[in-house]
Amino acid sequence: MDSGFMHQLLQQLINGLSLGSIYALIALGYTMIYGILKLINFAHGDIYMVGAYIGYVCTTIFHLPFLPSLLIAMAGSAVVGMIIERIAYRPMRNAPRIAILITAIGVSFFLENGMILLASPQPRTFSSEFSASVYHMGGLVINSQQIIILISTVVLMLALTYIVNRTKMGKAMRAVSFDADAARLMGINIDRVIGMTFALGSALAAAGGVLVGVYYNSIDPLMGMAPGIKAFVAAVLGGIGIIPGAMVGGIILGIVEALVSGFISSTFRDAAAFAILILILLYKPQGLFGKNVREKV
Amino acid sequence: MVRTKRILSVLTAGLILTAAISGCGGSKGSSDTIKLGGNLEMTGGSASYGISSRNGIELALREVNAKGGVNGKKVTLVVADNKSEATEATNAMQKLISQDKVVGVIGPNLSSAVIASTAVSSAARTADISPMGTNPKVTVDDHGKVKPYNFRACFIDPFQGTVMADFALNTLKVRRAAIMIDNSSDYAKGLAQFFREKFEAGGGTIVGEEMYLQKDTDFKATLTKLRDANPDFLYIPGYYQEVGLIIRQAKELGLNVAMAGGDGWDSQKLAEIALPENLNNCYFSSLYSPDDTSKLNKEFVESYQKEYKQKPDVFAALAYDSAKLFIKAMEDAKSADPGKIAEALAQVSGFTGVSGSIKFDGSHNPIKAAVIIELKNGRQTFRTKVNP
Amino acid sequence: MNSLVKADIRKLGIAAVLFAAIYGMLETEIIGAFWELNLVLIMINIILATSLNMINGYTGQFSIGHAGFFAIGAYMGAIMTVKLGYDMPVALIVGTISAGIVGFLVGLPTLRLNGDYLAIATLGLGEIIRICILNIEYVGGASGLMGIPRLTTFPMAFWIMVAILFFIKNFKNSAYGRACLAIRENEIAADTMGIDTTRYKVMAFTLGASFAGTAGVLFSHYFFIAHPASFTFMRSFDILTMVVLGGLGSMTGSVTGAIVLTFISAALSDFPEWRMLIYSVAMIVLMLYRPQGLFGDKELSLQMIRSLKMGGKKNDD
Repeated sequence: MDSGFMHQLLQQLINGLSLGSIYALIALGYTMIYGILKLINFAHGDIYMVGAYIGYVCTTIFHLPFLPSLLIAMAGSAVVGMIIERIAYRPMRNAPRIAILITAIGVSFFLENGMILLASPQPRTFSSEFSASVYHMGGLVINSQQIIILISTVVLMLALTYIVNRTKMGKAMRAVSFDADAARLMGINIDRVIGMTFALGSALAAAGGVLVGVYYNSIDPLMGMAPGIKAFVAAVLGGIGIIPGAMVGGIILGIVEALVSGFISSTFRDAAAFAILILILLYKPQGLFGKNVREKV
Repeated sequence: MVRTKRILSVLTAGLILTAAISGCGGSKGSSDTIKLGGNLEMTGGSASYGISSRNGIELALREVNAKGGVNGKKVTLVVADNKSEATEATNAMQKLISQDKVVGVIGPNLSSAVIASTAVSSAARTADISPMGTNPKVTVDDHGKVKPYNFRACFIDPFQGTVMADFALNTLKVRRAAIMIDNSSDYAKGLAQFFREKFEAGGGTIVGEEMYLQKDTDFKATLTKLRDANPDFLYIPGYYQEVGLIIRQAKELGLNVAMAGGDGWDSQKLAEIALPENLNNCYFSSLYSPDDTSKLNKEFVESYQKEYKQKPDVFAALAYDSAKLFIKAMEDAKSADPGKIAEALAQVSGFTGVSGSIKFDGSHNPIKAAVIIELKNGRQTFRTKVNP
Repeated sequence: MNSLVKADIRKLGIAAVLFAAIYGMLETEIIGAFWELNLVLIMINIILATSLNMINGYTGQFSIGHAGFFAIGAYMGAIMTVKLGYDMPVALIVGTISAGIVGFLVGLPTLRLNGDYLAIATLGLGEIIRICILNIEYVGGASGLMGIPRLTTFPMAFWIMVAILFFIKNFKNSAYGRACLAIRENEIAADTMGIDTTRYKVMAFTLGASFAGTAGVLFSHYFFIAHPASFTFMRSFDILTMVVLGGLGSMTGSVTGAIVLTFISAALSDFPEWRMLIYSVAMIVLMLYRPQGLFGDKELSLQMIRSLKMGGKKNDD
């Protein structure tokens, strides 16, 4: 009995880790955009969906191999992200933040319903040549795609950390995030930096979309809604604007969901995820990795 | 002077607005067309059902109009979007009836939306056929009285749940069933409830019962839990999108038992999502199969594929039949009067649609045989037929 | 004081005239059943938007979980009439009070948060409320609570709306309301001035939640059903959009926002496939051109029309 419990616990942790790395992948982009614009980009989950569709078109219609498709999807979504920023967010930069939030919701509706018109609401499936091999290890089951997703998330997170901390563009991003006006005075082209941030964030979301599309083998125009909200929760959980925070937040969220589904009931899975978020916020309002910022008087 | 001018202009604007509003209300159908309403899920979480249904209805009406219409008049479809939501469905129903003056309504597909919105259509004495509203209360009110204007083209939940429980007990000889229920769908919950009752009454045990929500994608946590309860049968009365993922993830976790569900499984997409090699020893109850070999169905599938570049699913087929039922009722009544259409619908006999012959019983449910379809390497094969 | 009362009486008079005009058109069927339904929906949305405006606009607390309180009102009201057999007034009172109680219990701990953290917490709470309802079989779970009689009438919705609008208007001009405005402008300064910020934030939140509950009772008793799918975060976004579109902090703005968006949605129902797409483009464009909302934080009043007229006159010259 006891070993059965341990066994199930371990399997649930594996399940949670793989689910969580997906949330983390989306949360990375969320947290970057928030860090620089203080904007909750509700359309981020839908960019993840757009990425999945571009990947679908590449693999299923043009029969491209996996890696080129992934890169095209990332590039395509980066362009979509930059266009959205240019048209819908840039003119609003000095508007009240809540107005930009409404615009973001509008963009999200637009992408969802546009895709319904364009591609019909029926789910689409990736071609089965990408199917996974399954490993059994002492009764535990792991799927090769789960491992790929986890590794991709870690690699992308490291790449992102490198870009933000070590490159010139990253320095500019941090400067804009710290004080946009001062950055402008120092000769930083703010529009370009913000555009790049959107491009990077959207490319990450697209990578998530394609990986998930292949993993679950099913994509539809509304697939970004729930993960989008969850990823945002993950980003806040880890401390919004902090890159490793998004990663940790995503994985905690995934594990909590798996454990609640496994040991309590899957109907309370989402409620538990939100409840944990609220509890953490109440005791550590800046998120797990957030620095305590003293309010200026 | 200026002030009066202002007031006048405000008043004029108000008048124009009022005129516009009441103008919208005055669209009377011209005498040579008959309008049929579609209260369908065009947007929102269940948009794929509504759009399939609209395609089915459009196809049916095109065929009818090509043959000269009904009683010498062309029939057109007016679609109103219910956003996959019950209160919006009420709004859409009101629009179809009072703005567009339709003579009958097809839809919605979601039982809760049908039950809420047909309160409006019944008050207006307009008949409604729901292609996929499977809850018993769609046609019968809380006191067990039949609603005179409400019909459906599908099975009710009790029938499908019972049929599958019998099949599992007697043909598959399984005794330990686990159930995965789509908690956001009253259809799935209804099927599960009647399956459970019948299965337990027949000597089986339910070893585990788990819930999920529509659009969920990861079921491994729940399936791990169910696997450890050691079932020999898994009942998943949901829709193909989630079912496909469940089956695939269950097989991956090593849950190699017979699996079964209801007509929500019926789609080509099931095999694409679950992968064909995982679809063995899987069964579902249905009243319609696109592989049905009747001449009528072959023609339907062919023209549907030509028009919409995909195979029809159960929502398209039943909506097609619903439209044809309305046409038949109008022919029988020799009238397009909503009240007469409703009367004729209740009396319909000798009607054959793509899902077989339909006749309504005393509770306005179609009397039809159910088929159990077995999946072999993802291909649907006919297994057995069960009469009600 | 006297002139204030006079102004109130005048406004009440305008409301009565408006009511008579619309009611007359309904009775003579100049306005058909479809637009009657949408008029009631507009009333309900006005209550929702103005009550959210108390929290977001007056007090500056960023809440996006309003659908949760709306749901509590809808379900509690329906339990009263359907399950327990009480009348509509009881349903209205119970729905209002229970949403208020939940708002109080939820607001007390969470209103310590601010900005986006409060936003995501309220969003989560709204979802938690909905998920709990989804799992309560007594109220129908996923099938929803069905068989609710249509007890909401146009006059009832109208006068309840007017009463709530008057309450909110007077709240803003009261000492309580001014304290809330002070919190919005600068919480720390308000605190230093001796305003008990927690108390006023929770007060505004509780009042806003209870009015959302009232709207919920009207809603479920007009549409025959209370269904979990009607109370998702999309509904909260809808209400928030109305408030921001009209102008955050302006009650007349919220009223206008509610009217405009409900009207657009109804008018677009002739284009079912394009409806949500056009709606979303309208949202983006309106925000691009009026980021502060239609009225900013000003109230639409006779003075405002007068000053517009002055402006117009200059242009004429």
